[in-house]
Amino acid sequence: MVLTFTPNGIYCPAGDFYIDPWRPVDRALITHGHSDHARPGHARYLSTDIAAPIIRHRLGEIELETITYCEKKDIRSASVSFHPAGHVPGSAQIRVEVAGEVWVVSGDYKVTPDALSTPFEPVKCHAFISECTFGLPVFKWLKDDVIKDEINQWWADNRAQGRASLLGAYSLGKAQRVLGLLDPNIGPILTHGAVENTNIVMRNQGLTLPDTIHVTPDTDPKQYPGALVLAPTSALGSTWARRFGAQSTAFASGWMRLRGVRRRRAADRGFVLSDHADWDGLNNAIAETGAEKIFVTHGYTDIFARWLGERGYDAEIVPTEFTGETLDDGDTE
Amino acid sequence: MKRFVALYAAIDQTTKTSAKVAALADYFATAPDADKLWTIALFSGRRPRRAITTTKLREWAAERAGIPLWLFEESYPIVGDLAETIALVLPPPSAMQRRSLSDWITYLRALERVGEEDRKAAILTAWDQMETTERLVFNKLLTGGFRLGVSRKLMTRGLAQATGQDEAELAHRLMGDWQPDTTSYNALIMASDPSAGLSRPYPFCLAHALEGVPDDLGPPQDWLAEWKWDGIRGQIIRRGGTQFTWSRGEELMTDRFPEFARLCDYLPDGIVLDGEILAWDHTADAPLPFSDLQKRIGRKTVPKKLLKDAPAMLIAYDLLEHDGRDLRDHPFTERRTRLERLLSTVPDEAPVRLAPLLPNNDWAALADLRNDARDKRAEGLMLKRGASPYHVGRKKGDWWKWKLDPLTIDAVMIYAQQGHGRRANLFTDFTFAVWNGNELVPFAKAYSGLTDAEFRKITAWVRKNTIERFGPVRHVTPEHVFEIAFEGIAASKRHKSGVALRFPRMARWRHDKSAAQANTLGDLKEMLAQYG
Repeated sequence: MVLTFTPNGIYCPAGDFYIDPWRPVDRALITHGHSDHARPGHARYLSTDIAAPIIRHRLGEIELETITYCEKKDIRSASVSFHPAGHVPGSAQIRVEVAGEVWVVSGDYKVTPDALSTPFEPVKCHAFISECTFGLPVFKWLKDDVIKDEINQWWADNRAQGRASLLGAYSLGKAQRVLGLLDPNIGPILTHGAVENTNIVMRNQGLTLPDTIHVTPDTDPKQYPGALVLAPTSALGSTWARRFGAQSTAFASGWMRLRGVRRRRAADRGFVLSDHADWDGLNNAIAETGAEKIFVTHGYTDIFARWLGERGYDAEIVPTEFTGETLDDGDTE
Repeated sequence: MKRFVALYAAIDQTTKTSAKVAALADYFATAPDADKLWTIALFSGRRPRRAITTTKLREWAAERAGIPLWLFEESYPIVGDLAETIALVLPPPSAMQRRSLSDWITYLRALERVGEEDRKAAILTAWDQMETTERLVFNKLLTGGFRLGVSRKLMTRGLAQATGQDEAELAHRLMGDWQPDTTSYNALIMASDPSAGLSRPYPFCLAHALEGVPDDLGPPQDWLAEWKWDGIRGQIIRRGGTQFTWSRGEELMTDRFPEFARLCDYLPDGIVLDGEILAWDHTADAPLPFSDLQKRIGRKTVPKKLLKDAPAMLIAYDLLEHDGRDLRDHPFTERRTRLERLLSTVPDEAPVRLAPLLPNNDWAALADLRNDARDKRAEGLMLKRGASPYHVGRKKGDWWKWKLDPLTIDAVMIYAQQGHGRRANLFTDFTFAVWNGNELVPFAKAYSGLTDAEFRKITAWVRKNTIERFGPVRHVTPEHVFEIAFEGIAASKRHKSGVALRFPRMARWRHDKSAAQANTLGDLKEMLAQYG
């Protein structure tokens, strides 16, 4: 076995390292900076150079070595390389080769391109460990252009009616992708601190984002009529959000595809925007790896594994502590 | 259907009542009459006859989506809505349509007359001409259950805004058994035709629940107190020599309760009675348990034996129309006096009784009386302000229901199932059990009473503690205890536990109790003996 599944996480015996481990280990290869994948407490970290600033920002003083996409590195008798996963800037699939056998850990991935992340690239392998957060045929994403128009129209309408537009999105990745879709001609863009912190890190590493105004206790919302306010989903409906007065609320998440979820979150609008692959995306990505053995991790694993099984794959469910883009707490992704 | 879909989307995209009403008013001001009529029908619970079974719709949708049926079925509970699931799995459309709402309804009705292959072709063609939201709305027309976040009240308000008519007057016009086929928008909403409403009931005046004690309501002398009967709310209408019995759900029940036909021997024409329909024990001159009345609900025709075993009685408590005149603006005391006079000459064998007034000199004495409600087979008390008019719908302040505290029992959750609609993806439907020796015996299902936060917590727990799956139902570790509140208990042969509860719901999550500390079947049987 190139990789095994242990209580600490995915482990490579030949290289003596873990991929996105859940408990402190000596050597951790990290696919991306989301908190269910990049956890504190490991002795040594390895990530892509693009993902590194965020991981450092979140985990503080850690021993972090970086690697560029597609660069090969030998760790003991294993050869590893990181390949674009298209999930958030710097996110990677990790390819591990031991004695000619290739396994790939997908991490979280999205196959359609966006303005910030390096586009997903399929990697040929024998075994593919895939997430399936949205592994049901009801999940199909529209093109970013369509969502872009929806969001800007909503914002412009709100502005015309004298309301602020409060948009909840996960502060790492999703929020910046939304920023790239906004039309700054409509009005000012305000940001919650959690979003702005990530913006600063990304701007410092050379990614282009539109101008934003950080909301501080001294900010007077009246000075920014018709603003779009970008905040973590948990901030919507809070006392923090009340300062903006008359407002329309919305969430940007793949779960907004389901009307019931959107209604439960009691938002006025839901924009279907996910950093994960949709049903067709998952199926195409898996087909393109050429792998026969598929391990499915977080998401609708039992249903998706059965589907893959019927399609002729040797599919197996791997229990994980990854959470993906969760349904009721949009803040862990 | 673009206009109707836009209305749906506008309503669906806001949580604000004012915005929903504005969208409705805008629609009613601009849509063609035929569409308006159907919109009113749909939002007041009327729908086209179901031309196609949901089984077929599922099969065709799965086939068109290129997925196995099992995968469709697995997706459905996660989406929580059949019409939406179908809309989401289908591939993008290849063409666009321009039919109006009423055109589509005509299209669907034509399917009743053709064979299955043609029906299938027609539905697949329709799906292929619609984007996701249009499909969802179209599928709702196919499957019925057109609940899209608009109450009838909001629809009526929007219509009132668009037409400049009085909202209460419109609510009254919309009552009764009209169908889009039997009327027109003009006849229903605009025309003044007094004969059109011969069978039409009045919108029911509804009470708010009184929390705590009535001491804040002012002097008890201002109020009339009655038992809150445990039956079916109904109006009996006698106009133009005909008679109609309506339920609160606006179902015409004239034929289900043939006893009331005899009222023509005792009561004059031109009256509307409001009251409670109960199954009656004529020997004791008292109500039978609700379970006896239940045998009569849902039966279109009543066998002789049932007519004898569970005869119906109207406990009348209000007079809404007298000599053909609408009395609703008159004070309740006056309506009540007229009702008493009207019923004073009616003999005991007639299937109607005057609701007794309870002595109401001070609140404390009334509270004592309330404790006897269960013995009277009542659910508690009703308090009605003497000076109040008969309101349309639920208005706070003049009518209060002061219900008995529910019965409660502590039970162990053993099965869990996901909810629908806004509760899709949350485990919200639970089966509860009590101990019988070492065995847990299921006795009730409940799905309300917890907060969203508690449902999320229990959902996460269910996912980790599933022992077995039977389709959508999860058998879970018997660990959590809930206090189950209910309104009544009756013996039942259909349930393994031997009892059936009325309105069971979760009163609270007993974090302080372990499964072993839950109640027993013996406790439940004791309650049956005492209250059944």
